[in-house]
Amino acid sequence: MKTLSILFALIILFLPSGAFAVVQAFDTPNDGGLSITIQWDTAAYSNSSGEYYEAQIARRAASESGWQDIAVAPASAGEYIDNTVEDYTDYVYRLVFTDKVSGSLIYDTEPVHSSPQYFNTRRTNVLIGIVVCLGVLIFFIYRGKKGKEMYVRPIAGLLAIEEAVGRATELGKPILYSAGRGGMQRVATIASMNILNTVAKKTAEYNIPLIFPNNDPVVAALAQEVVKESYSEVGHPDRYVEDDIFYLTDSQFGYAAAVDGIMVRRQPATNLFMGTFEAESLILAETGNSIGAIQIAGTDSTIQLSFFIVACDYVLIGEEYFAASGYLSKDPMVLSSLKGQDLLKVAIGIILAIGVLLATAGYTGFLELFNIG
Amino acid sequence: MDIGTTVAAILTLAIYSFLYRDNPFYKVAEHLLLGVSVGYFLVTTIVTTIMPKLFIPVFANGELSYLVPGILGALMFLRFSRKLSPYSRIPLALIIGVGSGVAIPAYMQAQLIAQLKTTMLPLDDISNIIIIAAVVSVLMYFYFSREHKGLTGAGAKAGMYFLMVFFGSTFGYTVMARVSLLIGRMQFLLGDWLGIIK
Repeated sequence: MKTLSILFALIILFLPSGAFAVVQAFDTPNDGGLSITIQWDTAAYSNSSGEYYEAQIARRAASESGWQDIAVAPASAGEYIDNTVEDYTDYVYRLVFTDKVSGSLIYDTEPVHSSPQYFNTRRTNVLIGIVVCLGVLIFFIYRGKKGKEMYVRPIAGLLAIEEAVGRATELGKPILYSAGRGGMQRVATIASMNILNTVAKKTAEYNIPLIFPNNDPVVAALAQEVVKESYSEVGHPDRYVEDDIFYLTDSQFGYAAAVDGIMVRRQPATNLFMGTFEAESLILAETGNSIGAIQIAGTDSTIQLSFFIVACDYVLIGEEYFAASGYLSKDPMVLSSLKGQDLLKVAIGIILAIGVLLATAGYTGFLELFNIG
Repeated sequence: MDIGTTVAAILTLAIYSFLYRDNPFYKVAEHLLLGVSVGYFLVTTIVTTIMPKLFIPVFANGELSYLVPGILGALMFLRFSRKLSPYSRIPLALIIGVGSGVAIPAYMQAQLIAQLKTTMLPLDDISNIIIIAAVVSVLMYFYFSREHKGLTGAGAKAGMYFLMVFFGSTFGYTVMARVSLLIGRMQFLLGDWLGIIK
């Protein structure tokens, strides 16, 4: 009996017992559910002469009795994520650690269930960024509402829009507007609709046809609404022609071919390319150039900007494009939001300067604030 | 050479004829491309969206919650009715709202926070110094609240030069890719179609 007790004590002494106290299963954090993470302490296994090399993982629903093998992981992995679970069902996991002489140790976890999280805590910095930006913009819009005078420097491309509309009026030719290939989920398309609002008011006043071929049916429907409302706002709803704002096709080059055809046949005096553009940008701008139209482009597609610069008369580069709606409408509330954006740029410059100085001094802790999970 | 290759080659030449001027061959190819693409996308939408995301869940699986987006989508067709057309704005408002909600955090994450982090570089390398100088000067270029004069003007001018270098390099890079597309088409015409080259 005494011998058995000593033997048992020796077994207990040489087992990596500390390891099994830290095997745990938990709902995978910051996800959309359907996932449970099982973790174990790898150090304990490597300390034990590297004997335990494999963890067989089995699972059962807490309300059932039969185990189902789901995976075999190296003991050194320390973690296994089970993505085959159902939300809100309790599961118990069994980990069987096998050693090189076929010995094994078994550990059962506490029941655990998965569920989706409504907030990803690893993206708290994104939330803070949005709240700060919105706060600054709301503050400036509030100031704008009070009627504070605000200066915005002249932007050549935007000043040219007035000139381009005037030219179309003189020549008695239409204006062609294109929002490129972006859907309504693109910020550039939303900005394009704001610019369209101002352009449509001008075409309504001067009674010039506004042709707007679309690549997306939703954008086409929205553009019709925007233009219709603009025409009504300036008191010329009768001048609105619904058939001039139409959907063509989703196909990129089908759209390019059709817009090229429209350009050479209807000979617009002005082409406005405002939105998201891809490889069709140069095809459109070159054709517009060949018919002698005055061309103004604005996009956030950085690669395409170089093509527009080559073939267009004026180009709104990046931020200038987003500033356009405020600048064109002269609406103090929209202009004040532009001021807010400028303040945010200064803030970004200051944060950047702090980060660069700290990185130069060898401190990287500040950078971790910008980690996104 | 099969008939499909010949048709594709003739249509390619018809589209290229636009380089000379607008002509009936181009018009045929243009309208064919437009019609075929609309038909193709219509069928694709039915097969990949309407069937698996509306009809099968509702009628085969009895998941009635899928009717909500289905009805919202159907509201879009009210545009064709003068009386009921205002209701077509409901799905549009939803699309804009959801679109902004999806786009703004994604922009904040990818275009601002992630880029800010990768720009916080130590000033121990000439490349890092150039990157930081470019970012700061381009930010100055896009500052609208002051006229580009004095220090702001000098910074903005430097920013403009950095932008021009960027546009020049992307232009060259992309033109190279487009030339390879042209080569591909030439190989098709001269190789697959005419068999002159192999």
